Amino acid sequence: MNGFWEQFTFYALAVLVLGSALMVVTLRNIVHCAFFLIMAFLGVAGLFVLLYAEFIAGVQVLIYVGAITVLILFAIMLTQKVLGVRLKQNNTLSPLGVVAGVSFFALVGAITFGSAGNLFGVHGEPTIAPRITTIAESLLGNGSYVLPFEIASLLLLVAMVGAIVIAREKDQ
Amino acid sequence: MTLTRIAQFIVGLLHLPQSAVDWLVALFVAVILLVFVLLSVLAIVYFLRKLLGKIQARLGPTRTGWKGWAQTAADALKLCIKEDIIPTRADRWIFTIAPIMVFVPAYMVYVVIPFGEGKHFVAKDLNIGILYIIAISSVNVIGIILAGWASDNKYSLLGGMRSAAQLISYEVPQALAILGPVMLAGSLSTQEIVLAQSGGIRHWFVFQSLPIVGFVIFLVASMAEVNHVPFDLPEGESELVSGFNVEYSGMKFAFFFLAEFAASFTVCALATTLFFGGWTSPFGSFLNYGWWTVGWFFLKSCALMFVLMWIRATYPRVRVDQLMEFGWKLLIPLALVNVAIIGLFVVLTTRRVP
Repeated sequence: MNGFWEQFTFYALAVLVLGSALMVVTLRNIVHCAFFLIMAFLGVAGLFVLLYAEFIAGVQVLIYVGAITVLILFAIMLTQKVLGVRLKQNNTLSPLGVVAGVSFFALVGAITFGSAGNLFGVHGEPTIAPRITTIAESLLGNGSYVLPFEIASLLLLVAMVGAIVIAREKDQ
Repeated sequence: MTLTRIAQFIVGLLHLPQSAVDWLVALFVAVILLVFVLLSVLAIVYFLRKLLGKIQARLGPTRTGWKGWAQTAADALKLCIKEDIIPTRADRWIFTIAPIMVFVPAYMVYVVIPFGEGKHFVAKDLNIGILYIIAISSVNVIGIILAGWASDNKYSLLGGMRSAAQLISYEVPQALAILGPVMLAGSLSTQEIVLAQSGGIRHWFVFQSLPIVGFVIFLVASMAEVNHVPFDLPEGESELVSGFNVEYSGMKFAFFFLAEFAASFTVCALATTLFFGGWTSPFGSFLNYGWWTVGWFFLKSCALMFVLMWIRATYPRVRVDQLMEFGWKLLIPLALVNVAIIGLFVVLTTRRVP
């Protein structure tokens, strides 16, 4: 019974994510695209919950839905001219894009099935992080990812300062 | 637990499989929370109108029922039966979905609010409780932006844009202020944060390390997050007629209204949980069990709700530039300093086993 509902939820979420993603690249109204982007992100968060990765699901909603999409929407509305235009989502390079997409998908599929279920076929008890400190320990504890973490924050800071420098008006 | 017993009774009566019990209990909890949200909003609006009346030296509602207590119920009924208008040039789908996207997060947040002691008074004690609240409540801004855009009205669009800028800006200090109690408790679970403050008024996080500052930052940022009065720019009546919801009527408007008041109660409940010891008694072990804890929780939350109403009655609206300067130049640096001091406090006071 439990397995059935898990599968049912997985396929429902998969349909949500893939359907929304398809809508994002086909619809001609950019705000509708943004709305379906939100749906796709929420579906991915649902998949994380299904994998018992609640922390990542929360962060997914917070960052992708609550911040990035809001920023996208905000940018769309600041560029007033786009609102009236019917977007054209394809151009002469579309066939090449399809070829690239299909071959990438085939590659991922080949890797997945070639590894005989070792890559994604996780067996045994789900590893639930019981406390948030467990995640913190494994991310920032002794001899783990402290340096990459700090470098990433530095990179983001530099990007932010750079953006401000580019965007600000010239001093008189 | 009585709910489980009721669910088992129904399952037995209808010959459903045993696994349906959990589903029924979840459904009951969802319905109870929904009813709680609706009733609490009715009560909050009534007391708000009475209190605004008192502060402004007038009476407030008096006609419907004794001292006008049925006024908000009558208003709610009126909103339900009002005509539901969708402007011709509006984007029908987005216009309809937007109020739902605003209300659903405001309602979902109630899942992790600890109303009392133990497992019976919290719908689900998630181990990411606080993160869940921040994440879910950040979704509702999308509903507001979409509502503003879909109405195809320049005032609505301006309201939506203001709202987006405001919510992005004040999410940062709010999250940083919430980080303080999380660091002190060492957990994101709402129940564990409450338990870390048990033992009376001295242990409340509002008085720990740097006293009061974290709470004030949280309160100010949260008021901006829920468009509470000094920060109600997205719907400023005198500038934008009514902002993002100007084209809405009937039940769709009611959803915005509900979400706003449900969110302002959430702010109070969250402040109680994070800073004022949640459902624990302020006097050590005095009346610190069972239903009394629910009483303490509501006493503290309602006191905070009163403070919010008081602010609503007394402060004028800030300007857009003041809002941004205050948020980015004062609140965020202050919140960062607060986090640094609390971090130092935690490292110095707790002796951790390596």
